[in-house]
Amino acid sequence: MNAQEHISKDRILELLDYVKDPEIPAINVLELGVVRGVEVEADGKAIITITPTYTGCPAMDVMAADIKKELLEAGVPEVEVKMSLSPAWTTDWITDEGKRKLKEYGIAPPEKTADIRALKGEQPVVACPQCGSTNTVMLSAFGSTACKALWKCNDCLEPFDQFKCL
Amino acid sequence: MSNSLFQYTLRLGDDLLILSHRLSEWCGHGPILEEDIALTNRALDHLGEARNLLTYAGQVEGKGRTEDALAYLRMERQFTNVKLVEQPNGDYAHTMVRSFLFDAYHLPLMQALLKSSDEQLAAIAGKAVKEATYHLRASSEWMIRFGDGTEESHQRAQTALKDLWTYTGELFEHDAVLEEMTKAGIAPDMAAVKAAWSRTVDEVLAEATLERPADGFMMTGGRKGLHSEHMGFILAEMQHVTRAYPGAEW
Repeated sequence: MNAQEHISKDRILELLDYVKDPEIPAINVLELGVVRGVEVEADGKAIITITPTYTGCPAMDVMAADIKKELLEAGVPEVEVKMSLSPAWTTDWITDEGKRKLKEYGIAPPEKTADIRALKGEQPVVACPQCGSTNTVMLSAFGSTACKALWKCNDCLEPFDQFKCL
Repeated sequence: MSNSLFQYTLRLGDDLLILSHRLSEWCGHGPILEEDIALTNRALDHLGEARNLLTYAGQVEGKGRTEDALAYLRMERQFTNVKLVEQPNGDYAHTMVRSFLFDAYHLPLMQALLKSSDEQLAAIAGKAVKEATYHLRASSEWMIRFGDGTEESHQRAQTALKDLWTYTGELFEHDAVLEEMTKAGIAPDMAAVKAAWSRTVDEVLAEATLERPADGFMMTGGRKGLHSEHMGFILAEMQHVTRAYPGAEW
């Protein structure tokens, strides 16, 4: 097989579009911002570098396995998924499209870490993903997964998840 | 040098592993659902950091020991966590005060480790520092709520502080390993970490209307593998499956 026949980097990026976050299946690994590098070696082997969102996030192992499966099934001869800790993932790496999809899914997207309140460790202003009201209150700093906090809207009275700003 | 780096990384990892295990004991027993979830989230964050540290410790040691080998196949005397993290959960005040005293130490330690000359430790700290900020904020809020809450919550928090204070000296203890690591620029200046810890404790306790206990006798021994009687029970539970079914996979 010569180099031309290998699955290209662009094609791999298209394939990664199909790999969803197992805990928030509304967005894929590219929109989540965890894919930090895609390389294709001379023999066609693909090396994908990903970075963990939370250090203890059990979804990372599943994501790595899903990436491998997706690429191998598409005909990539060999796939290696590397884990890289530095630079540390930040919610700023979630793409705008990803944030839009989170909101649509009912999860309040994270605010920018540049937000001065976030830097000072204070409570952010979070808009309800259902009705848009900012009259909201945090019920718990920790939610159903490592990356989320639990909030409630005082106007529409719905509880909702918020993607923690990190 | 590499032995000291192994020891240093191991103790950072052991603190988080054992605290994580203690917090995970609350799973299904939290006072309210949100707190049950919060405590297990915390346990998960600590476990993730412990995994990073123990994996790295195994690599530094160079004898092929994995994170699992270090967590499940060492004996009590080989664990070098501080005694604070192995103390029983007690009531909710004891659990939260234990976490608050640890979080107030863990955050400035991780912030300082960002500048460590050891790239991997700095990278691990880069992840941990963000989570540690969250933890300290949450445990500080609980301290204030307890202290400034009802008479009973105040009294329970004050009792927990008094019971656990004697375990705080160990967090800042000096020994040959730490000295070598500090000289190499790998470990930070612990006097600065202690000053930051002390400041946080003073600020939060003042707002919580709780009294800072006086420094007296301080417990020691954890870093040398000499633990309180609770440690053996923790390991018995944590290591049981691995020991009973060697090499089991699922």
